[in-house]
Amino acid sequence: MSLNESDKAVVRATWSKISKAADVIGADALGRMLCIYPQTKTYFTHWPDVKPGSAHVKEHGRKVMTGVAMGVAKIDDLSAGLLELSERHAFQLRVDPANFKLLSHCILVVMAIMYPKDFTPEVHVAMDKFLISLSLAISEKYR
Amino acid sequence: MVEWTDFERATIQDIFAKLDYEDVGPATLARCLVVYPWTQRYFGNFGNLYNASAIIQNPMVAVHGKTIVHGLDRAVKNIDNIKDTYAELSVLHSEKLHVDPDNFKLLADCLTIVVAAFQKFLAVVVSSLGRQYH
Repeated sequence: MSLNESDKAVVRATWSKISKAADVIGADALGRMLCIYPQTKTYFTHWPDVKPGSAHVKEHGRKVMTGVAMGVAKIDDLSAGLLELSERHAFQLRVDPANFKLLSHCILVVMAIMYPKDFTPEVHVAMDKFLISLSLAISEKYR
Repeated sequence: MVEWTDFERATIQDIFAKLDYEDVGPATLARCLVVYPWTQRYFGNFGNLYNASAIIQNPMVAVHGKTIVHGLDRAVKNIDNIKDTYAELSVLHSEKLHVDPDNFKLLADCLTIVVAAFQKFLAVVVSSLGRQYH
């Protein structure tokens, strides 16, 4: 299920539309994930406040979307492009890769809410494939 | 079995009361068949599913989409006993239709997204929809 040229074109076009709201998307998606999948809170016990809208959630959502932006820029070679991020997640953060699916789903839900007319099934499938590919690239260095 | 809070119960009932079954059902199934094309394996007799617009315009997809959402309606009406309510449907899907249960999650994700596009969601609402489907 790798990204073909048509998927990449859709991802790039979609990103150019939504990138200015990236911080908002990231914050909302992360907040939802922490709420809907409480097991993900275990990675953030060092935050005083994990509620949606908290400063920590907002800042971290922004960070996550910076990673997504990097993915869009390096979409032709995600493994190489995200090497450093992969190493950080593998050796430092050690996030169970199963959680990437949960956050990806929340990102898609937020996109559907914020861009209901643009989030057609065709855009949905391209973004879903992209987020899966991104997650795979981040998991590269785990073992 | 699942314990529903008053808020979740009310929210689920509110969403389904406001749902346009004629729109959401077809849109959900069509989206599932486009985004997760391997789900098309269960619909060999549905005719033209060759591309996204064919799927979206396919009348059999539309009819079946409505059937599915009306099925969910039964779960909402028997929200404290979904397991028993769905016993027959469960046997049908496993013994006769042979649907891999992973696909139910995929359809649920599509329903979440279609409904999200129709109205603003609270985080807990999404959780409620997901829990109910499982």
